[in-house]
Amino acid sequence: MMKNGKHMRIVVAMSGGVDSSVTAALLKEEGHEVIGISMQVWDHSRFKGEESFGSCCSLDDIHDARRVAEQLDIPFYVVNFEEEFQRLVIDDFVAEYFRGRTPNPCVRCNQRVKFELLLRKCMELGADFLATGHYARIERDVSGVCRLLTGVDRGKDQSYFLFTLTQEQLSRTLFPLGGMTKGEVRRLAARFALRVAEKGESQEICFIPDNDYVRFLEEERGPGLLSGNIVDNRETVLGSHDGTYRYTVGQRKGLGIAHPHPLYVLRVDAERKEVIVGERAELASEGLTAGNINWIVAPSASPVETTCKIRYRHHPVHCRVEPLREGRAAVCFAEPEKSVTPGQAVVFYDGDVVLGGGWIE
Amino acid sequence: MRHIYLDYNATAPVHSEVLEAFTAFYRERYGNPSSIHWAGRRVKGAVEKAREKVALLLNCEPVEVVFTSCGTEADNMAVKGVAAALHDRGNHIITTRAEHPAVVNSCLALESQGFEVTWLGVDSDGMPDLAELEEAITPKTILISLMLANHETGVLLPVREIGEIAARRRVYFHCDAVQAVGKVPVDFKGMNAGLLALSGHKLYAPKGIGALVVRKGVKLAPLIHGGPQERNRRAGTENVAGIVALGKACELALDAMTADMRRIAALRARLEEGLMAAIPDVRVNGGRERRLPNTTNLSFLGAEADSLLLNLDLAGVAASSGSACSSGTLKASPVLAAMGIDPARARGAVRFSLGRETTEADVDYVLGVMPGIVERLRKGGAR
Repeated sequence: MMKNGKHMRIVVAMSGGVDSSVTAALLKEEGHEVIGISMQVWDHSRFKGEESFGSCCSLDDIHDARRVAEQLDIPFYVVNFEEEFQRLVIDDFVAEYFRGRTPNPCVRCNQRVKFELLLRKCMELGADFLATGHYARIERDVSGVCRLLTGVDRGKDQSYFLFTLTQEQLSRTLFPLGGMTKGEVRRLAARFALRVAEKGESQEICFIPDNDYVRFLEEERGPGLLSGNIVDNRETVLGSHDGTYRYTVGQRKGLGIAHPHPLYVLRVDAERKEVIVGERAELASEGLTAGNINWIVAPSASPVETTCKIRYRHHPVHCRVEPLREGRAAVCFAEPEKSVTPGQAVVFYDGDVVLGGGWIE
Repeated sequence: MRHIYLDYNATAPVHSEVLEAFTAFYRERYGNPSSIHWAGRRVKGAVEKAREKVALLLNCEPVEVVFTSCGTEADNMAVKGVAAALHDRGNHIITTRAEHPAVVNSCLALESQGFEVTWLGVDSDGMPDLAELEEAITPKTILISLMLANHETGVLLPVREIGEIAARRRVYFHCDAVQAVGKVPVDFKGMNAGLLALSGHKLYAPKGIGALVVRKGVKLAPLIHGGPQERNRRAGTENVAGIVALGKACELALDAMTADMRRIAALRARLEEGLMAAIPDVRVNGGRERRLPNTTNLSFLGAEADSLLLNLDLAGVAASSGSACSSGTLKASPVLAAMGIDPARARGAVRFSLGRETTEADVDYVLGVMPGIVERLRKGGAR
């Protein structure tokens, strides 16, 4: 990509993984002035679980990123966002669970840290763009309006995590891998002989290397604070539990209740410390309301007939979106949908175009 | 791209004559200085000659020089070694938060083991109050640890007066002189110190060699146990070529320091005054009068130090914002915080430290690129 026919200064957010390493290598090969930056977002020495887990955001991954940058012969920096990440992502993550919701810290990190603080840092370095290894595409029309599209590799598509991006942010962002499959990226990593070519996928929540979020929450706030009863829709007590945050809507395992039919978590009520369960049919909802809606391109008609995903691993379903006041929206599914989970994001898709999204209430 | 190195307080390039002494030594000699045979003797002699050269620069006795692996080890050895040797007599240590982490964290480690530490304040110039120091001394006090020159600001502490107080009250004084040795005259005998730490790579010797000067008679438990090397003060086979290199560096410093530093002080003034003239709202951190001749710590109000440093690096200029953290990330300076400098100003603080290879053209290059960088950052990053 050229700007007025000139090569550009581009910062690549390098995690030490295959995707961001290939991103940097590609841009360097295109002749741009590439700068690698890793964000240090949490202190690995704080990890108190079992030892020896590989993890994103740890010093090991920063080390990998640094070594790739050396291999590519590009400047490399580590920026310390530990304090900001704690405040903007981790505190929110913990608070959401203690409100009975199931948060999505990766969207928060993109929204508040990567495409906010890091992007600002890039501009301070005089960079034209921030590039990341996300599997998503940005299309720019002649008037400069940006559209966000899914990654071509449908299995790796990460556009769900990017619905909060504004026009301002998109205009300064590049996703060079959006048009590729993971297989192609791995082949490129091999062609560039990147030392991380064989590296596995990063785990889901970078600040919980052992994936034991219950351990993490109880270390932050203390154990047993939200223990209470498991009840059905008629307030009949069926059992007890050790903390509402251990449960998420649609969950079937771990209830420990003998019942003639399989039971699922229908709702989590942190205030009353109750987990409400019921049969599979009761999981279905006609719709949902969402807050803090971000439209990537303002909708031309209202209500909007489109499709939506209500969690990352979800196939888009038909729905109608009716904007409400104060940035909220009512979403009505064409067919009842299972396991609407407060705290997760609802993201609207018109084919492969991301229209926007919001937070499920 | 031009590469301009203005981070001599972090480390200095090895002097060509020092490097020659180092490599020549390894080419010709390989013995263990503890060995009785000819191979050992040839090395032992070189080590002792180097010890004499170090002693000459510092005005101490050669037998008082104990070679260590680095300045941090020397500081650890002083603080923890005195604590271990004198814990029956007392458990109280006096220092400040403006010391180098080698001293601060050694004191914190002792604090966690039950020692009491008085953290003296420093004023906005970086100076501790000597009356306050004297008042802090109790019958339990075993050590005062204060630096000669501050690593971030270059501010020089009145070590002679501090030493007088320590001597009068019969308390050991450890002087961290890592930043000072080779840049300003250091008079171990004159400052009444019990201990003094230095580091080779700050004065054009290689990394991996330092020394602790221990006044004769000072009680000090060793940090590293093993053989009887360094008069039982520091076990382990000596870093012989490093020792020879440090001796050479001290010899060169003794010859050239006065002239070098006069030239470097003039360059520092050109840089400091040039930046302050070209860019509005620049402040010097720390007292300007009693300061290392090579160091300036400047706050560019409204700009963040890490962005300044990254931009400088992209322009080929190496500077820093105080001590570099192990992971290479930047955190707010504890030195400037101890001086009571408000956090917004501290966040914009950059340390330039000059050295013997710095030229007027280097300084002028920085004067050329810095205004544009600061302007961009103050505008919030728009290009």
